[in-house]
Amino acid sequence: MFEVDKIRERFPILKREVNGRDLVYFDNGASTQKLQSVIDTVSNYYKEENSNVHRGVHFLSGLATDKFEETREVIREFIGAEHTHEIIFTKGTTDSINLVASGFRSLLNKGDEIIISELEHHSNIVPWQMCCEYSGAVLKIIPLKDNGELEVNKFESLLSKKTKLVALSHISNSLGTINPIKEFIEKAHKIGARVLIDGAQAASHISLNMQELDVDMYCFSAHKMYGPTGVGVLYGKEDILNEIPPYQGGGEMIKDVSFKKTTYACLPHKFEAGTPNIAGVIAFKSAIEFISDLGFNTIAEHENYLLEYATQEILKIEGVKIYGTSEKKSGIISFNIEGIHPYDIGVLLDKMGVAIRTGHHCTQPIMERFNIPGTARISLAIYNTKEEIDVCIESIKKAKQMLS
Amino acid sequence: MQTIEEIQEEILEDFDMFEDWIQKYEYLIDLGKDLPAIDEKYKIEENLIKGCQSRVWLHAEENSGNIIFSADSDAIMTKGIVALLIRLLSGQSANDIAHADLDFINKIGLKEQLSATRANGLLSMIKQMKLYAIALDK
Repeated sequence: MFEVDKIRERFPILKREVNGRDLVYFDNGASTQKLQSVIDTVSNYYKEENSNVHRGVHFLSGLATDKFEETREVIREFIGAEHTHEIIFTKGTTDSINLVASGFRSLLNKGDEIIISELEHHSNIVPWQMCCEYSGAVLKIIPLKDNGELEVNKFESLLSKKTKLVALSHISNSLGTINPIKEFIEKAHKIGARVLIDGAQAASHISLNMQELDVDMYCFSAHKMYGPTGVGVLYGKEDILNEIPPYQGGGEMIKDVSFKKTTYACLPHKFEAGTPNIAGVIAFKSAIEFISDLGFNTIAEHENYLLEYATQEILKIEGVKIYGTSEKKSGIISFNIEGIHPYDIGVLLDKMGVAIRTGHHCTQPIMERFNIPGTARISLAIYNTKEEIDVCIESIKKAKQMLS
Repeated sequence: MQTIEEIQEEILEDFDMFEDWIQKYEYLIDLGKDLPAIDEKYKIEENLIKGCQSRVWLHAEENSGNIIFSADSDAIMTKGIVALLIRLLSGQSANDIAHADLDFINKIGLKEQLSATRANGLLSMIKQMKLYAIALDK
């Protein structure tokens, strides 16, 4: 049976106070808190195992390398990828997308098209704008409906022989929309386009299977999955990863270096120049194991319950408007209260120990679409409770009273 | 006309009276509500201060050696802070504004308003007011 108290015990930071109150942490979309097991693994690595990976012949280097590669295999299994070498370690989702966008420049011709959507995070917009700038490709945008869902029909009309890549988020960080990515992938593949999915908001909330999805590339970050910061994953099908040229040059990513001609290493090392975040990668395994042990059915059940309860309670507050009301939704509630700036809500909630995010959430096109300066955003995780939602709702009421 | 230092002292005394953060923030909210409206024609892109989570418009003009500020923000707390800055600096000489040592924010226990992201906004506001003073100094 799922006991949230037992889960909370595994996250030491949740015991702390903020501004004299018990912390209510509702900014999980930005970054989740860390498991004790993750913290211990990082610490133990530096105490007992520290050495560089893939280089030395000595004992510690072998140990660090084995542990590092263990995480890669655990991730392969976690996301249902076919090959372990299709898992590339990066700094995070943003880094993963930039790796692809940077390499894709040389695969595009003038007039080729890349399709993204109106609900993307800036990190799934700007790299493609840069990619287009260099290659002469054209960026096309799938528009958003009022409820925060994408216009699938419009997507179909944007697809053509010119479409080389479709880059979409799995779950919107601002609106919580769960996009029907399988449908998008199928449609894109029909005309021969590749698909990259930004899974930053999805990987700790919904079950993933790369082979079932048949997605070409998928990116996510450890720090949004109870794991360490500075570690991310780019999954890519073997053939596309072989096609994309290296991102950064340096140690580890080469086969042979000479001043006449340097040849590159095979996957995954081709994309892993320099010393990676070894401690972080090794500790990421602890986070994946935590998620796998819980299972996505349990996770979905608890998080959906919290989402429904929080939505129902927040709507009881007069003047509240929720942005993002898609049918399939993740634990994200973006809202505004009539006549009140989201920043003011955020500042006052913080004084009451409730951490939420306010602003445009790095999705300015969405804010423009709804003609708002930003929203206040509650984003939930597995360790959150109904009681915390009650505290948050009371705090919002108090803030509203102070600001009205 | 009081000096900037004298007004800072006054503000510190005002804030000393409050017993908890709620009173303090309610006072800021009231200051925000009472701030005289900026002329709509100054609420333009060029007068926006960058680095704030909320939008802040700041206008400055010179009047016989003194700098008169008017401002607005779409967030009421920000507007409260702006109101404090205007109370301090508006009507002062350009030279005094440019050299003012504004340590009151720390002392009135609004330190969190200075933390990272929010600080950018507040510091940008102060910087912009000083730049206007220097620019308008004749």
